[in-house]
Amino acid sequence: MSLFFIVALPFFGALLPGLMNAAGRSACAGVTFTVTLAAFIGLLSNLPTVLAGDVVMARVDWMPALGLNFTLMLDGLGFFFALLILGIGLLIIAYARQYLSRADNMGEFFTYLLLFQGAMVGIVLSDNILLLLIFWELTSLSSFLLIGYWKHLPAGRQGARMALTVTGMGGLAMIGGMLILGQIVGSYDLSVILQNRDLIQADPLYVPALILILLGCFTKSAQFPFHFWLPHAMAAPTPVSAYLHSATMVKAGIFLMARMWPVLSGTTEWFVIVTTAGLITMVLGAVIALFKHDLKALLAFSTVSHLGLITMLLGTGTAFGAMAAVFHILNHATFKAALFMSAGIIDHEAHTRDIRRLGGLRRLMPVTYMIVSLAALSMAGIPLLNGFLSKEMMLEEANHTVLFNSPWLVPILATIGSLFSAAYCFRLISHVFFGPVRDDYPAKPHDPGAGMWLPPALLIIPVVGIGVAPFMAEPFVKLVTAAVLGNAAEMPSAHLKIWHGLVPALYMSIVAVVGGLAMLAIFKPALRLWENTPRPEAKVIFEAIVEGAARLAQLSILPLHNGAFTRYAAIGIITIVVAGYYAWTTGTLGAPTHALQETSPVLIAGWGMLVAATIGMVFLHRNRFLSLILIGIVGLMVSIGFVFLSAPDLAMTQFTVEVVTIILMLLALNFLPNRTPIESTVLRRLRDAAVAIGGGLASFALAYHYMLRDPVATSISEFHLANSYKGGGGTNVVNVILVDFRGFDTFGEIIVLSIAALLIYALTETLLKGRVGAKLLNRKPDQPQAGGVHPMMMVVLTRGMMPVVMMVGFFIFLSGHNEPGGGFIAGLIVSIGVVMQYMASGFAWTSTRLKYPYHGVIGAGVLVAGLTGIGSWFVGKPFLTSDFTYVRIPPFEKFELATAALFDLGVFLSVVGAVMLSLESFSRLARRAGMTESLHPMDIDPSRGDDAPLSPLKEGV
Amino acid sequence: MELLIASAIGIMTAAGIYLVLRLRTLPVILGISLLTYAVNVFLFTSGRVTIGAPPVLRDNITTYTDPLPQALVLTAIVISFGMTAVVVMIGLGAFLGSDDDHVDDRPALPDDGSEGTS
Repeated sequence: MSLFFIVALPFFGALLPGLMNAAGRSACAGVTFTVTLAAFIGLLSNLPTVLAGDVVMARVDWMPALGLNFTLMLDGLGFFFALLILGIGLLIIAYARQYLSRADNMGEFFTYLLLFQGAMVGIVLSDNILLLLIFWELTSLSSFLLIGYWKHLPAGRQGARMALTVTGMGGLAMIGGMLILGQIVGSYDLSVILQNRDLIQADPLYVPALILILLGCFTKSAQFPFHFWLPHAMAAPTPVSAYLHSATMVKAGIFLMARMWPVLSGTTEWFVIVTTAGLITMVLGAVIALFKHDLKALLAFSTVSHLGLITMLLGTGTAFGAMAAVFHILNHATFKAALFMSAGIIDHEAHTRDIRRLGGLRRLMPVTYMIVSLAALSMAGIPLLNGFLSKEMMLEEANHTVLFNSPWLVPILATIGSLFSAAYCFRLISHVFFGPVRDDYPAKPHDPGAGMWLPPALLIIPVVGIGVAPFMAEPFVKLVTAAVLGNAAEMPSAHLKIWHGLVPALYMSIVAVVGGLAMLAIFKPALRLWENTPRPEAKVIFEAIVEGAARLAQLSILPLHNGAFTRYAAIGIITIVVAGYYAWTTGTLGAPTHALQETSPVLIAGWGMLVAATIGMVFLHRNRFLSLILIGIVGLMVSIGFVFLSAPDLAMTQFTVEVVTIILMLLALNFLPNRTPIESTVLRRLRDAAVAIGGGLASFALAYHYMLRDPVATSISEFHLANSYKGGGGTNVVNVILVDFRGFDTFGEIIVLSIAALLIYALTETLLKGRVGAKLLNRKPDQPQAGGVHPMMMVVLTRGMMPVVMMVGFFIFLSGHNEPGGGFIAGLIVSIGVVMQYMASGFAWTSTRLKYPYHGVIGAGVLVAGLTGIGSWFVGKPFLTSDFTYVRIPPFEKFELATAALFDLGVFLSVVGAVMLSLESFSRLARRAGMTESLHPMDIDPSRGDDAPLSPLKEGV
Repeated sequence: MELLIASAIGIMTAAGIYLVLRLRTLPVILGISLLTYAVNVFLFTSGRVTIGAPPVLRDNITTYTDPLPQALVLTAIVISFGMTAVVVMIGLGAFLGSDDDHVDDRPALPDDGSEGTS
């Protein structure tokens, strides 16, 4: 199977569990299992090639200019890790089916799991390091989701956040390291990078790159001093812990160190950093693990310790060390996954993971006892189990490692680490399974069904099998080791075997096992000593750092960002003015290319009204009603200015928009206070005035100089003028630009307008449903209401005007392509006609006569415009290509039919719908406040004949 | 004439900024509207101002004003109506919900650091 499929299967498969969720838990787990199995089989189908020593490649160019290509590579090392990820993944899925309770959302769990699985497979199969980084970050994200799967547990959330922070930061560092590496080599392809050992190690940037990459590896693989996140991630469901912390996520860092081994290892820096970190992690993890009472915490620290062991082996930089590391990765994955799953079984059956509350489970849970014993003894390094073999190789390697000029340091620390390792394994077995059967377990422990114990039991087969017959694993281990070594080192001649003779490693092993037993004997006093020893708590330090960072951010942001809108506005305006001033003083100003034009008295009069109304707004803005009138004047003068300055379309639009805006503001003012009180001090008003005058002067200067000069580059306007009739079939160039040349922009704009209207509608609905709705119902208007709410004169007039308005709108719509007008303006005009009916006869009367809901009108508009655009696909043209033709139906004159008109119809409909929906929403608020609603068109109607009382005092609109 | 237009832009901007810096929602919204006028007129003048040459093609006429800024400003006017309506609605909702039409947050209470950073 192609490598692409192996990587893609989990990602695409991640869609399935969610879909299958309704079909039951078994279906959900089944489909996940099938997806993983397919990827697993696909992987195995590549086995013959890998066994032959070849490398399987798959390549698709993604962004070649950046060196980012979707290049996959499968060699021995990648195969080994993919095998672990998918193989153990299968067992975990089967196990999780039994483990998760009915309350857990299984689809969600398996979706996350598959995402994680895909990301992991992606890491180990990537040939491009940029691609690898993408998958690397994906594992951080998906593991965050998995660790925090039990969202209701604070520990789960905190653990997930800590894991994401630590591994995410490491990932960031690694991006830097990888980029440096790519720069040195000149390629981001691993296969190229791995050939350039000398080039990389001679480069002055080698050390920074090494440190950055190692930061990524150490954080991911929980190496000291970043080991603290792993135990906190144990708040995750056990299948997650078993998967992430035995075979996959924490091994990603190890994988990368192994992958980069040929080019990065062998230098003093690599040796000192990696070996030291590994050694410290190994000892520290083992010591802490011994004193943990939570089964999963014990296993977590034991994992930390074993990862340290593997890191140390990779750090030594010898071929034998690399082989031992590979072997131990295999062994650790088998026994640790089995142990995690068994811990989950114990938790599941006994309802506690606290070792102090367990004991005597040997008789109650014999199957689990067997599994745990074999796995734990293997971990302790007891002969005939696989852990013994690799640990022995580790001790052998340690014996030859001279760190800090001391031949004793590494062997002694390695022995101490092994000793504590053996001790916690023995404690795990004896304190959980031996001793008397207790009667105070939180639940009645018993062995679970086969579905749960079978997955760990299957893992015990390699634990024992490899332990007894190591030569069976040897070809595979050597194959993987060869892939790790690349051509940087010779394959070690050593063989995997149980008996190496009376070598120092054997004595060290014996010391470790005996010491471990002794440690168990003196466990109680040792525990007391441990508990009384003060030691730094990593979580507290981590939280203090995060807290400090958050405080620093607050200190730097809050003074500027304190929730005061006026402050942001002032800061923004001052910044813009200052930046503009800087550009002004440092740039050059060309000579004016236009002469000043003549000014007429009419123009000055118009200007005078505009300025008077504007300045009046500043001084009279506390009277809100008055300021609405004044802004109406401003808008009107702007419209007239547009007419004067050769922009009839703009004038019509501005004018009609002005009308609907003022109506809308009036509707809103109905609820708002009518006056703005004086709140700001004189000083503050002076400050604001200074800012305002500064901004005004700046915009004046800019506009003035701008108008007198030509643009630097030639404008594209000439094109539009030249092609409007030829290409677009219309003589109104503005309209042709809107519906044809820039039709796509217009399409976006009507969608924005529609969304705004829908947003207003949604806000109104929310307001009316909540507390505000109740308040509105009981509102007492602050103004006396007019006697006649629906006066007859107005009703008669608006009814008479309606057909005229409709006709004008229709005319403007149709003539829009050639004369000023078009969909936007026609839409606004028709809306005003309809709004007048609302104003004259009230909301209830009008809306009962409304045939089409405005949502539908909006939708129809967007659909018509969109379908018009799509229509051009059918003739093989790009979206929104327009066409037109001239037809003649006697006795009419020749007229034009353009698809652009259809598009303009869409614009028209959306504008009508959006304007009407907005205004209707506002008036719905008012309608709630009105106590009685008349369904009659007007208050006094002679034709009605009844003596309708002069409307009972109505409130609201 | 250019001086008149530029000064009108400047005055509308200044008044708009002053109103935007007020403390209650309605003056701020009106200030934004004034700024909208100023910006629209400014964008419009980027096609340079011409009298009596609308961009509607006619036979035997060769001078037209720049149509492109007009098309852009036309949609800008319509969109700004939509935005004004939304802002008015938000302001109204905020006022109805809290009986307070201030635009600034009240001074923040000391942070209780609920779940905080852990």
